[in-house]
Amino acid sequence: MEHPIQTDYLRWIVLLPLLGAGWNGLLGAQLQKRVGKWLVSLFACAPVVFSFLLSLAAFFGLLALKPEERFLTDRVYAWLSLGSLHVDVAFWVDPLSAVMILVVTGIGGLIHIYSIGYMHEDRSYWRYFAFLNLFTFAMLLLVTADNLLLMFIGWEGVGLCSYALIGFWYQDHVNTRAGNKAFIVNRVGDFGFILGIFLIFWSLDQQGHGTVAFREIATFASLLQGQEIWGIGVVTLATLFLFLGATGKSAQIPLYVWLPDAMQGPTPVSALIHAATMVTAGVYMIARLNFLFSMAPVTLEVVASVGVATALLAATIALTQTDIKRVLAYSTISQLGYMFLAAGVAAYGAAIFHLMTHAFFKACLFLGSGSVIHAMGGEQDMRKMGGLSRSLPWTFWTFTIAVLAIAGTPLTAGFFSKDEILWQAFSSPHGSSWLWLLGVAGAGMTAFYMFRQLFLVFFGECRADHHVQEHLHESPKVMTLPLVVLAVGSIAAGWIGLPGIFGPNLFAQWLEPVLGAAHEAHGSGAAEGTLMVFSVGVAAFGFYLAYLIYYRRALAPEHFSSLAGGLLYRLSYNKYYIDEIYQFVFIRGTLLLARIGVWIDQYIIDFIVDGSARTTALVSWVNGLFDNYVIDGIVNQLADSTFAAGDKFRKVQTGNINSYLYVILGAVIVAIIVKLRYWS
Amino acid sequence: METNLAPLLPSAEVVLTALSVLLLDLFIRKDEKGLLVWISLIGLALAGGMALFLWGSHEGAFQDSILLDDFALFFTELFLGAAAITILSSVHYVRETNIHEGEFYALVLLSTFGMILMAAANDLILFFLGLETMSIGVYILTGMWRERSQASEAAMKYFLIGAFATGFLLYGIALIYGAAGSTHLGRIASALGQTKSHGSIILSAGVFLLFVGLAFKVAAVPFHFWVPDVYDGAPTPVSAFMAVAVKAAAFAGWARIFLYQLSPLQSEWTLPLKALAILTMTVGNLLAISQSSVKRMLAYSSIAHAGYLLIALVAGGESGGQALLFYLLSYAAMTFGAFGVLIALKEGENDHEAYSDFAGLGFKRPFLGMAMSLFMLSLAGFPPLAGFTGKFYLFRSAVVAGHIDLAIIGALNSLLSVVYYLRVIVMMYMEEGGAEGKPFARAPYLYLAIAIAVLGTVYLGVLPAPALDLSRISFISLH
Repeated sequence: MEHPIQTDYLRWIVLLPLLGAGWNGLLGAQLQKRVGKWLVSLFACAPVVFSFLLSLAAFFGLLALKPEERFLTDRVYAWLSLGSLHVDVAFWVDPLSAVMILVVTGIGGLIHIYSIGYMHEDRSYWRYFAFLNLFTFAMLLLVTADNLLLMFIGWEGVGLCSYALIGFWYQDHVNTRAGNKAFIVNRVGDFGFILGIFLIFWSLDQQGHGTVAFREIATFASLLQGQEIWGIGVVTLATLFLFLGATGKSAQIPLYVWLPDAMQGPTPVSALIHAATMVTAGVYMIARLNFLFSMAPVTLEVVASVGVATALLAATIALTQTDIKRVLAYSTISQLGYMFLAAGVAAYGAAIFHLMTHAFFKACLFLGSGSVIHAMGGEQDMRKMGGLSRSLPWTFWTFTIAVLAIAGTPLTAGFFSKDEILWQAFSSPHGSSWLWLLGVAGAGMTAFYMFRQLFLVFFGECRADHHVQEHLHESPKVMTLPLVVLAVGSIAAGWIGLPGIFGPNLFAQWLEPVLGAAHEAHGSGAAEGTLMVFSVGVAAFGFYLAYLIYYRRALAPEHFSSLAGGLLYRLSYNKYYIDEIYQFVFIRGTLLLARIGVWIDQYIIDFIVDGSARTTALVSWVNGLFDNYVIDGIVNQLADSTFAAGDKFRKVQTGNINSYLYVILGAVIVAIIVKLRYWS
Repeated sequence: METNLAPLLPSAEVVLTALSVLLLDLFIRKDEKGLLVWISLIGLALAGGMALFLWGSHEGAFQDSILLDDFALFFTELFLGAAAITILSSVHYVRETNIHEGEFYALVLLSTFGMILMAAANDLILFFLGLETMSIGVYILTGMWRERSQASEAAMKYFLIGAFATGFLLYGIALIYGAAGSTHLGRIASALGQTKSHGSIILSAGVFLLFVGLAFKVAAVPFHFWVPDVYDGAPTPVSAFMAVAVKAAAFAGWARIFLYQLSPLQSEWTLPLKALAILTMTVGNLLAISQSSVKRMLAYSSIAHAGYLLIALVAGGESGGQALLFYLLSYAAMTFGAFGVLIALKEGENDHEAYSDFAGLGFKRPFLGMAMSLFMLSLAGFPPLAGFTGKFYLFRSAVVAGHIDLAIIGALNSLLSVVYYLRVIVMMYMEEGGAEGKPFARAPYLYLAIAIAVLGTVYLGVLPAPALDLSRISFISLH
């Protein structure tokens, strides 16, 4: 890693989508009107496809190198420079970011193509693609940035684009509110992220090596050992702040609330942003800074606990949701929880592996649900679906494969990656059997709610009304083709990361230069096999339960929903009322503060305004006199009332300035007291 | 004794331009008033050229009561630029409102002259003189739209409160003179060094009153009450001029007096100043949330930004000074832009300043909408725009100086500010109606001003290195 290879094409991987966004953003409206939508699609999809090809080139470029030299960089220019701080606009690709750019441009490209079909009817077609491209740019910036600040630009950028795309159909206020919520919750996380950056910079600066570049942080990180601030280790505090940032972007407790609402956006957006790319930013960031997180065992513990708690909480909510996309949204949160669980037990490679496989099957699920919604004329309630396997064969088969993958069916991608995480949660030095057990419980629930969805949507009798049934149709090729590619990936993507008992884990080897060698597991191959069988058994049980309830209808769902007086069901269905609690505590709280401020301001200003209304009258009266005599105009406002008001002027005027003076005097006295209290 | 007049060249040029504008105004017809714009702009450009020419010099005049160093020149350029943008963005406005053009431009120029003096003053009396020259001009500018009662009200209020603040300032100067025997900054500093008199009550009181006077001018909480009403009532270009240039001038004076010569005096006051910064940021942001007029919101946001800038003053030192200067540049670009878009919405008597007037703007006027989004995002501190880079350096200076709490509170505040900046964007892109069917101003000068602001906002964010260097060099030249 000492001598990174300079290239000059990495920048184009990032910049091409930006060019596409600029082109469509500025000219798209005209092109769409004058030439047609195909040109807009061309300028939107081509840059992403080219980015993907360049990413492939970078990948093979890396592959040709010796593992410890796999590192490409492209320095564009010096961005900020001051004293010890030098920040470049520079991109880098190492094995970790290579995985990310392939996922972002590959799956992102497929979703771009799918969108051609899905968004065809929309009159703001160009705007959609401009934002989609801008998003791709920001995401690529995030994963290829060679320093924290540049990464932060991408970090904020994806938030902004996500906001614009969630609120894309702004005519409906629900959508704009969801967009706002996503943006503001994300900003809370960003606040943590920027503080984390500051802390890292500042504490390195104390050691004489102020920097925000990843490679240099990695070099000097060991200097931070033992530094403290407010009695807490600097590394622990900084990583906790960074993790707060990650919970915002990657929808973990406590900041996950925006993601389900984000489903208001067009479905391909849900697939791209809220499943495959943006939400993985937090996982990527932790993997990127793995050397820091590994230095802070406390943070790791927090990460693992939050991860597994989120995985479980979201899974229990997903059990009862009826909106086809909401189930997927909570399953995304839950799966992200698994990634954080992996990161929290220092199995960063497993986290990235699951990130990649999840990108395939979750994109496939979302796009499949989009195809269903498309066919159903916008209906999203699963209770009104059913029996769609006949009319939507392509969608059905691909969806089924993706469900099998996410449920962890052996030999699918999801099986290998989830098994890797569970095994690491058990065997890693940071792991424990508790983490493993909770993870397995979540996996069982995942199997249940995913098969519940599959059965509700595609099997049984169709519960839609007659009109909708008549119009059921399979989506066009441009939409089903990406589904097929993703379904293939949902199976095959797992084979590059086989568990230890089956053979060499190519994926872990690939990431080794960045993430370090995988932990020597303290269990044996036999233990791994036993645990694997057990977790598959739990998942099979989840499947069987869903099969009994929703396919065979041998068990009534009410049987379960009335448990504990229906309390559990209501809690899950209403998402534990977390939204309501947040609304009450934070939003009301802030508004209350603002209102108090306004009240104080008003109270004081009232004096002034009161008087100055009369002042104005006098001024305009004087003005009027002036106009009257000098310009010889006729001033009508010189009415008796003005005159009378003007008469009172002096009295009120004195009053209001006095009151103002008192405020100032008060402030001055307070300041003097403060000063005397702390007299040096 | 030979008097070196070179340091006066840029400010003299500004006064000369103002006088020519006034004089020419008498002789030309109403439809030829466009000429005045050009004369003003050319005059400003000439003054800017002179300032550039003098760059790097370090000369004093009148027994060093005026000091033309890079610091003064930096602010001279900033004020000249601000005046130019103000004039560009007011051409359309003054015609719509029948404000006398000649007087308006001349007053902008004369106030600018006062600001230049403030930045270059090395003597408290001269600083005061500059401040008053600036203030009187701005008082009148505030009330220039005489047909509107709010404008007269604002002018009156601004004047009364300004006079009040002046009292504090002047009294502070008098006390400092009493304690140190001079109003010249250098001599005050050396008097302090000799007698170790900075423990004396008189001096402390003087410094304190000076702070109060300056706090008025930068609109720090709790000396902010005039701001919303005055900004709201004044003609919008004047509000922008006040928010940017007047504030910058006060900060320039503050920096020259307290970050350099008299810095030992300020260090006694760190804690109250810190409280002032925190209060100003927080109150400004909280109050901005509940506004329904964008102009008023911008007024409160300018208060909040004064709070951010105070962070740099608290932090002090080279990093604080650099952050202050750079943030003033960024703040100028984005604030002028935001007010500029507001002016573009104006139509006849109606100001169209409510949030609802922005509804659908993003689709009806894509470029204007995009520009406004850019300014709002930048004000909210969104990377890679000027506001982000500026805030980054502000908070960094706080961290470097050991005020991590200030950085955290600052970052929290910029988080809070997203709420109300975002509302504008929401209105523009996610609501319909508002500006429906409204003819938009054909105002090439104004659009030029907005374009310059867009360029500045993006440039300072994406390629901040030259401006950062400039800020550092300028600040160092104080020493």
